[in-house]
Amino acid sequence: MARTALPGRLTWRVATLSSLHDETATARSLVFDVPGWPGHLAGQHVDVRLTAEDGYSAQRSYSLASATDGDRVELTVQKVPDGEVSPYLGDVLKPGDQVELRGPVGGWFVWRPTDTAPVLLVAGGSGIVPLMAMIRARRAASSRVPFRLIYSARTPDDVLYAAELRRLEGGLDVSYVFTRAGGQRRRIGVADVNTHGWPADFQPDCFVCGPTGFVETVADILVALGHEPRKVKTERFGPTGG
Amino acid sequence: MLSAGPTPRIPLESWQFAITTEAGQQHHWSWLELLALPSQTPTVDLHCVTKWSKLSTSWRGVSLDVLLEEVETAADFALAHSYGGYTTNLPLEDLLDGQAWIVYEYDGAPLPPEHGGPARLLVPHLYLWKSAKWVRGIQLLLEDEPGFWETAGYHDYGDPWREQRYQGD
Amino acid sequence: MTYVDGNALAGPLREIFAVDLTAASGQCVACGQTGPVAALRVYTSAPGLVARCPGCDEVVLRLVRGPSGAWLDLRGCVSLQIPL
Repeated sequence: MARTALPGRLTWRVATLSSLHDETATARSLVFDVPGWPGHLAGQHVDVRLTAEDGYSAQRSYSLASATDGDRVELTVQKVPDGEVSPYLGDVLKPGDQVELRGPVGGWFVWRPTDTAPVLLVAGGSGIVPLMAMIRARRAASSRVPFRLIYSARTPDDVLYAAELRRLEGGLDVSYVFTRAGGQRRRIGVADVNTHGWPADFQPDCFVCGPTGFVETVADILVALGHEPRKVKTERFGPTGG
Repeated sequence: MLSAGPTPRIPLESWQFAITTEAGQQHHWSWLELLALPSQTPTVDLHCVTKWSKLSTSWRGVSLDVLLEEVETAADFALAHSYGGYTTNLPLEDLLDGQAWIVYEYDGAPLPPEHGGPARLLVPHLYLWKSAKWVRGIQLLLEDEPGFWETAGYHDYGDPWREQRYQGD
Repeated sequence: MTYVDGNALAGPLREIFAVDLTAASGQCVACGQTGPVAALRVYTSAPGLVARCPGCDEVVLRLVRGPSGAWLDLRGCVSLQIPL
């Protein structure tokens, strides 16, 4: 029986994988075609649901990696064997295969092209994904809002979207913190954020995304540097059901 | 391992377990007093409401029959309270006759905080959310009073064999 | 046990409500702290979703999704101010 979708309420849509490419040895970007996709804001996420033939289903939330672009939706997934959904998306799914997807969701951790404050993005590992969507949305809108990105990754080989981030882009400054490069272990610190971020006086919108410990460290540093807590938006990623 | 909040860390010196009757009378045990009571080593199957089961888990603890022996009550219901604020309700008869324990060892080792230590309630014949982690007391009641999950859609009794997960199941 | 941000409530709440509630601002009943739903601490490894106040760790919101319905408890929240 056909059910009519209630306007505004969230429903599952069929998404067909149209292409995929490896970002690093452990991460892959997937581009889906989602007919009727209503568009999204940078920073929003989607829930992906897989259902086996016996009816068992597993679900997980992913940040959107792309700026809104018609029916095209891009995700970047880690291939690490974490839960049930990511290994399937990372290793098994082929172009033409279908999954269910619902969204976009989230209205807090988002950047809108109409926003005018300078932006500081701080990414830990695959926390770059929703921040990359913001960089792409800025570019798509030809926005002149100045962006700074501080990207903490284990080594240069772990950097997602490396080629795209190397390309010079007016108004976007990118700096890196490598935590395992050259046999050294280090963590992002006050000096990194102070040197490569914005002064608190500029009242930038700060977006921090990464593992819980990383997000807490960076958010504490930003507040200690004088940024207003409400201007520091965070997204900790953790398992949300497979 | 399921948890609805931060893991409470309770120093053993200040840990206490209390049974409070419907008349307000309180019986309590310190950590050392609990350890001094006769213990049992039940080996039981666990059933979680999120559809996994773990078979033949071994525990050490004190039977609720021992703890309730001296307690005078006309109550039919019990509400378990935990450090951290969690609660869960069950009929008092489900705590009696060798069906429930306050356990403090798992697999021969002290119960770690993430598994509910220093001590948790163990009621293996009901879904695992009834086996309150970090238990600090049992309140005896004349009327049933739903606990943390029971006030948010979960079944009042929670019998895994009848798949009583949600209200109405 | 670790937690995620209130952002993780976006999907489960949009299944119920027609507008995004993670950008809504609420006040904690227990300590009075005000902030966005997106900044709550959400514990997902539980029979339901439990969102706690980042200031005092008290429960602000609980959401249980059963096969044929959902239970939403907002008793830890004084009110929600929802941007429309």
